Amino acid sequence: MAERQGWGEVVVSMRGIVKRFPGVLANDHVDLEVRAGEIHALLGENGAGKTTLMNILYGIYQLDEGEIYVKGKRVTIRSPRDAIELGIGMVHQHFMLVYPHTVAENIVLGLSSADFLFPLRRVKGKITDFSERYGLKVSPEAKIWQLSAGEQQRVEIIKALYRGADLLILDEPTSMLAPGEVEDLFTTLRRMAEGGRAIVFITHKLDEVMAISDRVTVLRQGKAVATVEKSRTNKQDLTRMMVGREVLFLLPRKPVEKGVIVLEVEALHALNDKGLPALKDLSFTVHGGEILGIAGVAGNGQRELVEVITGLRQATKGKVILLGKDITNSSPREIIGRGVAHIPEERIRTGLVPNMSVAENLILKAYRSSPCSQRLFLNYAFIGQHAERLISDYEIVTPSKDAPAKLLSGGNIQKLILARETSEEPVLIVAAHPTYGLDVGATGRIRHLLLEQSARGAAILLVSEDLEEIMTMSDRIAVMFEGRIAGIVDTAKAGVEEIGAMMVGARKEQERGY
Amino acid sequence: MRVRVEKRSTLSRWMTISAPILSLALALLVIALVFWGYGISPLLAYKRIFMGAFGSPYGLSETMVKATPLMICGVGLALAFKALVWNIGAEGQLLMGAVAATWVALYLLPDAPAAVLLPCMFMAGFLGGAIWGLIPGILKAKLRANEVITSLMMVYIASELVNYLVYGPWKGPGEWGFPYTTKFPPSAQLPRLLGTRIHYPTLILALLLAVLVYVLVMRTKLGYEIRVTGENPEAARYAGMSYFKTVVLVMLISGGLAGLAGVGEVAGIHHRLRYPQGISPGYGFTAIIVAWLGRLNPLAVILTSLLFGGLLVGGDAIQVALGLPVATINLFNGVILFFVLGGELLTRYKIALERRRED
Repeated sequence: MAERQGWGEVVVSMRGIVKRFPGVLANDHVDLEVRAGEIHALLGENGAGKTTLMNILYGIYQLDEGEIYVKGKRVTIRSPRDAIELGIGMVHQHFMLVYPHTVAENIVLGLSSADFLFPLRRVKGKITDFSERYGLKVSPEAKIWQLSAGEQQRVEIIKALYRGADLLILDEPTSMLAPGEVEDLFTTLRRMAEGGRAIVFITHKLDEVMAISDRVTVLRQGKAVATVEKSRTNKQDLTRMMVGREVLFLLPRKPVEKGVIVLEVEALHALNDKGLPALKDLSFTVHGGEILGIAGVAGNGQRELVEVITGLRQATKGKVILLGKDITNSSPREIIGRGVAHIPEERIRTGLVPNMSVAENLILKAYRSSPCSQRLFLNYAFIGQHAERLISDYEIVTPSKDAPAKLLSGGNIQKLILARETSEEPVLIVAAHPTYGLDVGATGRIRHLLLEQSARGAAILLVSEDLEEIMTMSDRIAVMFEGRIAGIVDTAKAGVEEIGAMMVGARKEQERGY
Repeated sequence: MRVRVEKRSTLSRWMTISAPILSLALALLVIALVFWGYGISPLLAYKRIFMGAFGSPYGLSETMVKATPLMICGVGLALAFKALVWNIGAEGQLLMGAVAATWVALYLLPDAPAAVLLPCMFMAGFLGGAIWGLIPGILKAKLRANEVITSLMMVYIASELVNYLVYGPWKGPGEWGFPYTTKFPPSAQLPRLLGTRIHYPTLILALLLAVLVYVLVMRTKLGYEIRVTGENPEAARYAGMSYFKTVVLVMLISGGLAGLAGVGEVAGIHHRLRYPQGISPGYGFTAIIVAWLGRLNPLAVILTSLLFGGLLVGGDAIQVALGLPVATINLFNGVILFFVLGGELLTRYKIALERRRED
């Protein structure tokens, strides 16, 4: 498959692209050439300029210098509409969907070919058709806000497919998918490439590059380092090009001493946003110093579990017990007060106030009590020092403590959230997809921070769809499937195959057996 | 040529200050067309307005008189809008403040000395307005009822209640059949600056409140919660902030402040409760524009309330002098709000004009 040769004509050629943002040179004379029928990986760390480059191609940003040719013709792309007309489609990392609307409505939105009256009638059939053909399971009637991140991404992919793009750009498309789903996506992509479409695949995961791409362009700090054929390179070379230094792949997980039981979940039940059972009779415990990994395909109740433990969702039955104290359906504030930290799944939507300063974001939870505040007033002198200290301790890269948090890169936003959540020495850390979408460097840093917390004695519940992350970080792994725990295994004794099988429900029958 | 709207990557300090001023200038330019349509020189009209409002001791004093309720209401609304709570009902809250103060002055403590009676009237007025703000606040926080609708509807209830009172049970027997209550006892009347209608205790209160609310927003825990809730309600929930508490408190405070403005009007100007339009020519609504033009900064509201106070006074002046209909002045409010909100948008987004290249 990888040896497929003889790609077609050049679909898109970007030459000498320069894009400046205030204080940053995001793209520095980048050249990129994409041919029909190839899967072209765009590899680089966060902030390397991959997404910026593709946003220019998709008309979201305007280039400052450089030229774009589509099928040999010089073009100016001023908006996504221009890009779509030129046969360019893009699936963003952060979904661009209208939350109160249905899947079908989102797909038809902005479509110039849509019927003026009852536009949805024809669309639904086509969506079902795409869903079946590419295995993108999603109901056209569902409202976006009811969908998990993984399902929302499928909508985005269908949306781009629907617009019949010759060139499809995917920005970190696998971050929210389970291994099985990734394979399905890859099959889809290969089929599309074989059909003569060009695919640009933005990623920072080397395994994906090796698995799917035909050619790779590596970006580093806004510059294109090289474009190589996948068959003529390897992971080590790519890593060196990407980060400019050698990187350790595996983090050592030292066995830690198990402390007392910190979190006990007993026969927990809860509903999802649609009012359907999302958690069914869930039970497990986490000890101090232990990391319990929650593995599973998106949408099997992980989000609801995290929300129930942190007080953001009501449990309908069962108990959540923290250090012997029943905290079931307590308010988020009380749960925070008892030392539960939460690293949320959607870090910008939930965990950040983008327009407020880094310093003010760092006190989002500590602002209530001394020394951040005295009686009614905030203590800005302390808040400033506190911010300076956390910025240096956690190596948060920011213009200043007073800069709006939205100016930070993804990795630094996550460092900010971790600084806030862990600096108060919580007893329990609920971490949902803590390294999702982060580059190698930031991922390592975040994992290291969590391991430090575990060594300090904090109990950690690590929810992730990145199986490698779960395997390297956790002491034990609980696999969730359809709102239940399909099984809990010791990481040392577990095999990827066993866990993978449980993720798709294989253990269920076996469980019922005894 | 093609027009594109782009999000600005940075917001310069210069722009945040110049945008409202520019918006205002553009609004005045558009209104100039109206004057011109009436065959009146816009320059003359603006000169008359300016001179009417600021050009004489009398005009200036009347400007202060009108700025006082605008300032108090505007400061409260700035607070509510900061939390993304759209309190449109300051007019009704103002009237309820006036009703509560009248009740204290005429029925509860008519014989109390001024030092007791006036503070009690202000407290009752605050409560009256606060309750009127609380109702839509609780409905929003508990049932997600849209506060734009509910707070606006509460204005009509308040207005009809005032009508009922002054035409019915509270109608003064010695008022020749006018829809007025009996005049307040002297101890219920606010002192005025000599020779003017400036009831200075209310004006001082207004300035004090602007500073207090500024400190509240920028320096207190509650202010922090209000700002976080306004910027990202989901993050507020995640941080354990109570949405109910924030919404109810800002509605209570902004309602209460509007109530204080109502007390100032009855105790400082009219010395009685009158029909609703007699008490307030829409101060509660104009205050919405005052708050926005001040970019929701309570200290800036001091300036914008003086500006709109001047506009009301100057507007009256040209109505008489140039024979223009009342609607001309209402037009001012609408056009200015339109441009201020437009200017607000343009500080966040920019419009780029591009020539389409054909190659």
